[in-house]
Amino acid sequence: MSSTASPLFTGIGVTAPNGLGTEAWWRATLAGEHGIRPVSRFDATGYPATLAGEVPDYEPERHIPSRLLPQTDHMTRLALTAAEEALSDANVDPDGLPEYAAGVVTAASAGGFEFGQRELQALWSKGGQFVSAYQSFAWFYAVNAGQISIRHGLRGPSGVLVTEQAGGLDVVAQARRQLRKGSALMVTGGVDGSLCPWGWTGHLAGGRMSTVAEPERAYLPFAGDARGHVAGEGGAILILEDAAAARARGARTYGALAGYAATFDPAPGTDAEPGLRRAVELALDDAGLAAGDIDVVFADGAGIRDLDRQEADALARVFGPRGVPVTVPKTMTGRLLAGGAALDLAAALLSVHEGLIPPTVHVTSPADDCPVDLVTAVRRGPVRHALVLARGHGGFNAAAVVTAVPDS
Amino acid sequence: MAEMTLEQLTGLLRECAGEEEGVDLDGDVLDRSFTNLGYDSLAMLQVIGRIEQDYGLTLPDEVVAEATTPRQFLARMNDGLSEVARPA
Repeated sequence: MSSTASPLFTGIGVTAPNGLGTEAWWRATLAGEHGIRPVSRFDATGYPATLAGEVPDYEPERHIPSRLLPQTDHMTRLALTAAEEALSDANVDPDGLPEYAAGVVTAASAGGFEFGQRELQALWSKGGQFVSAYQSFAWFYAVNAGQISIRHGLRGPSGVLVTEQAGGLDVVAQARRQLRKGSALMVTGGVDGSLCPWGWTGHLAGGRMSTVAEPERAYLPFAGDARGHVAGEGGAILILEDAAAARARGARTYGALAGYAATFDPAPGTDAEPGLRRAVELALDDAGLAAGDIDVVFADGAGIRDLDRQEADALARVFGPRGVPVTVPKTMTGRLLAGGAALDLAAALLSVHEGLIPPTVHVTSPADDCPVDLVTAVRRGPVRHALVLARGHGGFNAAAVVTAVPDS
Repeated sequence: MAEMTLEQLTGLLRECAGEEEGVDLDGDVLDRSFTNLGYDSLAMLQVIGRIEQDYGLTLPDEVVAEATTPRQFLARMNDGLSEVARPA
């Protein structure tokens, strides 16, 4: 029987452009060290956008079993690496749980595009018999959830959500749903990336990529000279457990998932207010909190003037102008598609756990029409509740509240 | 065409589908089942696709279905190779 208390986050695994592994990433994040550099995974010099956030020093053979190497895209390897770290961090052995007690729900956007591009090139240049048998699933949206499930024997309710950037938050709500239905533990979050010509072309077609070539000037959310975003790879895998089950096994906890809500934007061309403010208010309601209880907001930070104004406006309506500290650590990583909000959740959890707000880099001051109290240097002090926002291309809004939990 | 050896088969298994932890393909594997060695049907499909490319032949489905160990696989495979090599 599941408990009614908010579920608890008990494990974090990270693969990020500014750090491989939770410890390296968090240290870099607090130090304001970014990981945005010229693309190295393919020759991007002929494209309008030439910068990306790539996970550094990743040697697949050191992290991935030999049997899984021929059948996994780069982003799936990163996801498997983060999942292994998260489970180990939670100090949980899935083999010790009842067979269907633990599941996996991850966020995705494109699936394994780099793998898929290679196989499609083999198809048209050499013929069908040269296409890898593993293309059947390696490209697929659900592949990360599937591979994590198989590797760790997690046979409970599992799935994938595809809501672009919002996915990193939507999945923890889906995980919470499964815990309420009786699962004991869920592996959730998102790790994503498609840094290959095929993926890059898709990113460019979205029209939101920055074409600025200097890493320090390319992605400037809330700034007057915002010019779009930098795309990156990576994300975070999180362990979310039923509170009673976590306490019963004496798990160390980072924080609780106190509230969540999702909304959809009105149809393009209508004058109605975007759905973000409503998502914030509904998430606060779900958490049973007032605006004044929130000590930091991890913003979506689109880096597009219109979208930044929308987000600043939503925050001003709920918290008052410059009424709450706002930070965008993804200025250090670029936007990680379905992995971005999951990484922000990891940062929010460490923020409430340690009483530290990580900085936004490269933006010296927000534009006048974005009245946010932007955190540009680490701030210390109790962080009781953190709000994480994510907006996905196509109208998705999601908001999640995480809350500090005293060590028991 | 020269017959396929066990070393060539294990080399292709390793290259196309990796090697299961705890399994030593250089050990005594001739009569162990592919399943026991950690290879599922998709892994076998991958390996067979590669053999067909390398040897320029088509292996009938029943060869794959009936050959559950490297010894059985090599026997059927090399039968096929000698047939291919036989003048029409």
